[in-house]
Amino acid sequence: MSTTHSTARIVDDADLPLFEASGGDWSQIAEEAARLGEERIVVNMGPQHPSTHGVLRLMLEIDGETVTEARAGIGYLHTGIEKNMEFRTWTQGVTFCTRMDYVAPLFQEAAYCLAVEKLLGITDDIPERASVIRVLMMELNRITSHLVCLATGGNELGATTIMTVGFTAREEILRIFELISGLRMNHAYIRPGGVAQDLPTGAVQATRDALVNVKHYMTQLEELMLANPILHLRLKGVGYLGLAGCMGLGITGPVLRSSGLPYDVRKSDPYCGYETYDFDVPTATDADSWSRVVLRMEEIHQSIRIVEQALERLEKNPGPVMVEDKKIAWPAQLAIGTDGMGNSLDHIREIMGTSMEALIHHFKLVTEGFRVPAGQVFQTVEHPRGELGVHLVSDGGTRPYRAHFRDPSFNNLQATSIMCEGGQVADVVVAVASLDPVLGGVDR
Amino acid sequence: MSESAEKKDAAAAVKPGDATTDAQSTTKAALEAGSQHTGRTELEVVDVRHGLFGVHGTGDTSGYGGLVSTIALPGPSERPYGGWFDEVVDILVEVLDESGTGYANAIEYVVVDRGELTLHVSRAHLVEVAQALRDDQDLRFELSLGVSGVHYPHEHGRELHAVYQLVSVTHGRRLRLEVAASDDDPHIPSTTGVYPANDWHERETFDFFGLIFDGHPGLARIEMPDDWPGHPQRKDYPLGGIPVEYKGATIPPADQRRSYS
Repeated sequence: MSTTHSTARIVDDADLPLFEASGGDWSQIAEEAARLGEERIVVNMGPQHPSTHGVLRLMLEIDGETVTEARAGIGYLHTGIEKNMEFRTWTQGVTFCTRMDYVAPLFQEAAYCLAVEKLLGITDDIPERASVIRVLMMELNRITSHLVCLATGGNELGATTIMTVGFTAREEILRIFELISGLRMNHAYIRPGGVAQDLPTGAVQATRDALVNVKHYMTQLEELMLANPILHLRLKGVGYLGLAGCMGLGITGPVLRSSGLPYDVRKSDPYCGYETYDFDVPTATDADSWSRVVLRMEEIHQSIRIVEQALERLEKNPGPVMVEDKKIAWPAQLAIGTDGMGNSLDHIREIMGTSMEALIHHFKLVTEGFRVPAGQVFQTVEHPRGELGVHLVSDGGTRPYRAHFRDPSFNNLQATSIMCEGGQVADVVVAVASLDPVLGGVDR
Repeated sequence: MSESAEKKDAAAAVKPGDATTDAQSTTKAALEAGSQHTGRTELEVVDVRHGLFGVHGTGDTSGYGGLVSTIALPGPSERPYGGWFDEVVDILVEVLDESGTGYANAIEYVVVDRGELTLHVSRAHLVEVAQALRDDQDLRFELSLGVSGVHYPHEHGRELHAVYQLVSVTHGRRLRLEVAASDDDPHIPSTTGVYPANDWHERETFDFFGLIFDGHPGLARIEMPDDWPGHPQRKDYPLGGIPVEYKGATIPPADQRRSYS
């Protein structure tokens, strides 16, 4: 085993003059470097830096303005979610995994629930309406996630208007999330067996109205970005990663598709009935940051197409949203009361007043949960950042024996070095933004 | 906990009240019954549990303690595996036999469960198997989705497992490789030479499970701080409780609380 660590000193030559600066004025650091006659400097970027998308630490060895070596350091947001999930019931696990990649929470929920359902062997019993709602929520979430990527990417280049337009558009969809799940993020809405509750009255129409606004803001963003000469100069040819590099490094999602391969789990291994929706997988061949921006915009339009189809199906299909098996389906019935949302009074009346068996059932399922037959599964979904994999192991108990999330951002950050080395310092920001890492998912 | 449920479980268990002495034989009986029932040769026992719930060894008498349940993962499958699984294994047999390694030496057994194919690979031949899976034109598992570790403290001599998920974009197939190592000798060859994508994933598995990937270019902790003692996702890693300022009471660590077994 090697003892070298990625954070070890990159330059280990005793003859080189050494100076250390932690923070301070850049001109002073540059003067000090000039005085020592050494052009090569090792710079720590982050972990607290606005353009690293969270607590990402980049260690750059720079020669003048050129990056000669780039390394990424992660782990600043590790919260032990996977370990925590081993001490909670299968249903409670959703509440944990939704907090991993907080910009795209519904994908973790969906992937985890699909994996639990595969372990239980009830994949085919999930009601049609529940699957459609899952697709609706995931595609809305894909739009918000891509909007955050475009918005923050623009903000990092100093284009504040791109940020404000992007976040305003995202707000439209967050309102829909709040209407449907009660929360703007950390929803815990998708549950093993279906979804927590059916859509509230008016949700379909509200989503249609929101889509109109989102399309309006998308037009604004496209007019602002697509012909913008500054963006062209900053993004074109920057952060190049070709197909061979992507496959070798296991890069998936928009970065892989920008190198020409139309690999999308929704098409190659459909789940939640994606094979029945009509949508395209956009690709590009330039494999640079610019093509990824264009690709994400195109993916937003494809997601809008899917959402519209899902809304049509929801209007036609009033079916249940939870699996029929009462040994798995969450017993709580939610309703709006005078003091907000809570357990339905009818349900409380039944279990407290008329049926002791129903009370026992409710109590057992909520405290003990259900048991999942021993075995392991791997389930992947197409996350906005790539292929999200969930490896679940059950030992036949009421809690996961092991839950591992293959987060796409974690894997994709490995491409930082190959994308940044040989380029300019300013291009590091662009390249990292085109990977769109979310450190909550990276560190879990 | 309802009384009727306890009675039912009591009736189902063999020789209630004699659990500790009878546990071993019950386990064996359960194993034999399991193998007869499913037609599998051997089950991978990961745990033997006693009772329904509660803390064990503390005098907590709540819950019925005589129930013995053996927890076994799906064991080796017999041919035909079904679908394209046979085709892939056939090609792998051909490639490995041709190279002189021999399929039987490299692949310990094959598990088909829940529509997924798992190849249990002996660690000495892991890199060769991965190389064959990636490069043979009829296999072409060109995309690796990383490594995940699992700790099975009850599997003596095979406590630590590394699990690799591979995708063939060309053929639209997915399979899983599983490699086991013991706690005393937690070494597995690194697959970064075949799949560079596994670099960080192997570092993560080392960080959380203490599996040492020989030949990795820079095997260092990735999530935990560099000077962190122990490997947190192992089952024997000590967890912390919560000190509460009420008459000296404390909340015990999560793995020592009352729970359903």
